[in-house]
Amino acid sequence: MNTQQDKSEYSSKILETLLTKESDFIIEDTLESGMVLNMGPQHPATHGVLRLLIHIDGETVVGCVPELGYLHRGYEKIAENSTYHEFIPHTDRLDYLAPLSNNTAFALAVEKLAGIEIPKRAKYIRMIISEMARIASHLVAVGTMAMDVGAMTVLLWTFREREKLQEIMDILTGARFTTSYTRIGGVASDWTSICTEKLKKFISEFPTNLEEIEKLLNTNRIFLERTEGIGVISKEKAIAMGLTGPNLRASGVDYDVRRAFPYLDYENIDFEVITYSEGDSLARYFVRVDEMKESVKILRQCLDKLPSGEILSHDPKRVLPHKVNIYTRMEELIQDFMLINFGLTPPVGEIYSSVENPKGELGFYLVSDGTGYPWRCKIRSPSFVNLQSLPILVKGHMVSDIVAIIGSIDPVMGEADK
Amino acid sequence: MISDQLAEILGNKIIAYLITAAIPLFLFLVPYALYAVYAERKVSAFMQDRIGPNRVGPKGLLQTIADILKLIQKEDIIPKSADKPIFVMAPYVVFMGTFAAFAAIPFSSVFIGSNINLGVFYIMAVSSFSVIGILMAGWAGNNKYSLYGAMRSVAQIVSYEVPALLAIVSAVMVIGTLNLNEISEMQTARFWNWWIFGGPLQGIQKFLLIVPMLVAFVIFFVASLAEVNRTPFDIPEAESELVAGFHTEYTGMKFAIFFLAEYGNMFVVSAISTAIFFGGWQSPFGYLGNSFSIPLLVPIEQVFWFLFKSLSLVLVQMWLRWTLPRLRVDQLMAVCWKYLTPYAFVNLVLIGIISLI
Repeated sequence: MNTQQDKSEYSSKILETLLTKESDFIIEDTLESGMVLNMGPQHPATHGVLRLLIHIDGETVVGCVPELGYLHRGYEKIAENSTYHEFIPHTDRLDYLAPLSNNTAFALAVEKLAGIEIPKRAKYIRMIISEMARIASHLVAVGTMAMDVGAMTVLLWTFREREKLQEIMDILTGARFTTSYTRIGGVASDWTSICTEKLKKFISEFPTNLEEIEKLLNTNRIFLERTEGIGVISKEKAIAMGLTGPNLRASGVDYDVRRAFPYLDYENIDFEVITYSEGDSLARYFVRVDEMKESVKILRQCLDKLPSGEILSHDPKRVLPHKVNIYTRMEELIQDFMLINFGLTPPVGEIYSSVENPKGELGFYLVSDGTGYPWRCKIRSPSFVNLQSLPILVKGHMVSDIVAIIGSIDPVMGEADK
Repeated sequence: MISDQLAEILGNKIIAYLITAAIPLFLFLVPYALYAVYAERKVSAFMQDRIGPNRVGPKGLLQTIADILKLIQKEDIIPKSADKPIFVMAPYVVFMGTFAAFAAIPFSSVFIGSNINLGVFYIMAVSSFSVIGILMAGWAGNNKYSLYGAMRSVAQIVSYEVPALLAIVSAVMVIGTLNLNEISEMQTARFWNWWIFGGPLQGIQKFLLIVPMLVAFVIFFVASLAEVNRTPFDIPEAESELVAGFHTEYTGMKFAIFFLAEYGNMFVVSAISTAIFFGGWQSPFGYLGNSFSIPLLVPIEQVFWFLFKSLSLVLVQMWLRWTLPRLRVDQLMAVCWKYLTPYAFVNLVLIGIISLI
């Protein structure tokens, strides 16, 4: 009874606040002041199912409201109902252009929560796959951005390069797309000599092929005019909007999780954090291209330094044993049974762990209540955060620029909608 | 001409023209468009490290025929809110503009649909007719994307006609005739008599004309790319922005007719360039028919040379499409009014002075 009274009291209060001057909203007459164009969710340039409501005056964008959630699958809730191991395949479907780095990010978060130390070889394999994923993702970003401004051929050329990486991923993980490669405490399968061979071949060929792709764009006046000075975001604004990754570095902020909070073995690797100061679409494109070159550098070092040894840490209560041993040995079978049924049980506590994904900072905030299931799993997905800068970026530009800007932000809706 | 003789025999000019011009041209246009689409797909595939269509028929040669058969079977959807008569008429208006232009194209000294004295003028006038069709299509579809495409298209075609016509006028000033057949005829014997190399003139005048003529050709070619809505000026149907531009709402054969018109237009502008700048149906080295004294062979050779030159230019258009990005609408206007038109004017004056020498 009491609550009922409260409710009515509240609703009258809400009505009161709604009717006051500060919270009124104007419904504009579309006929009077331009047109509302609905772009997406089925639109060739919105990179998935992004929907934009664009208020335009002629060809100029007056306002833009991005609408997300068309690909929402409730991954944060799913995480609460699955063990830490069970959630790894779901991370493939976050940023589906770079599933390997998502796997790494989640495994690192759980290891931080549970306090598991992983072998050095596993660390290096994880670095290699993260950089491979970065190149693969940036190739798509560059290709689709070029396609959005009309240069179709670049896309196919970047996919040709990406295909070589996919092949290595296929050999390494057994899948091209849904890799689910990392395990809590290591990785699923060992890096083989065939992979080394293929990756070395790729590394030696890639810079020249990338140059070929660059030649089509960097000196092309139409491409430069379409991207230069388009969608400019200042350093301060970029930080305020929470941009991360290449989009932030294109605005001149020298922030890279690999450098700022080194994880895996990145502190022992020599690489540069690419920054540009312009903050426009062209700068974002340049950052991606240069980062690919840096990734090649990292890959080369990782291959040289790749230590031998175990790929899973020996921690029977928390780390899944090798599949071969499960089928042949009693102890491992029991261990596997226990882990699959009850999950690994990290101590009560909460952690935030983030990695530098191709799209930006991918963070996992895990809260454990001591059971086998996370009490809460918050995913800080870079695409979601990056997209909120879209209304600022497109304002005042033309309809054609919207696609160039979306292409330069490079959102992946699987990640933005979670 | 054949049609006039046939008209005398039949006693009816319309039937004579139908038999000698309209039907053969249509029989040329449709297979040409089919194989131009196939060629475009193959060209793009080679440029992009792909294979392209290779399933239907040997080397995929029957692919576009299969596509057309599929399009014929498709349901012909007319949106509920569309302006029905205009919506239905639009593709035919667009196609009409293209097909009418074919009438004055000189395929050889014997075969020309209609040998009118104002050939160049007629083609330019008639081919801009398709703008109306595009505007109709964009308006009638009652779709914002279509409308945008149509608006851009009209703005683009109308403005690019200015530099295109200026380039042609500057060339015609030296040539001295608008009859495409005569223009082709005077560029006889060897390829250095083509107008792009200064034409059949003599001495200093020919030498001075080479550069302005080249400029005129480039201006005309760039402007004609815009007129046929090809990349880098394909903003009316900019796929990544406007879905499919003015023909977003069209399905089935109506959609196919737009494509037919587009590829037809590509050929028309290439044919004009060929006829004015590249010697038309003239062979670059003389005729086999003359050297073997088989006079019947000569017109066939002329058709071959004309098609060869025109289709090469079509190939260049395809090549550009798969290489270049697309301009934005304001940049497009800037290119037209700030660069092409002033240069075309300067060129016009230059050629005028040279022709006075």
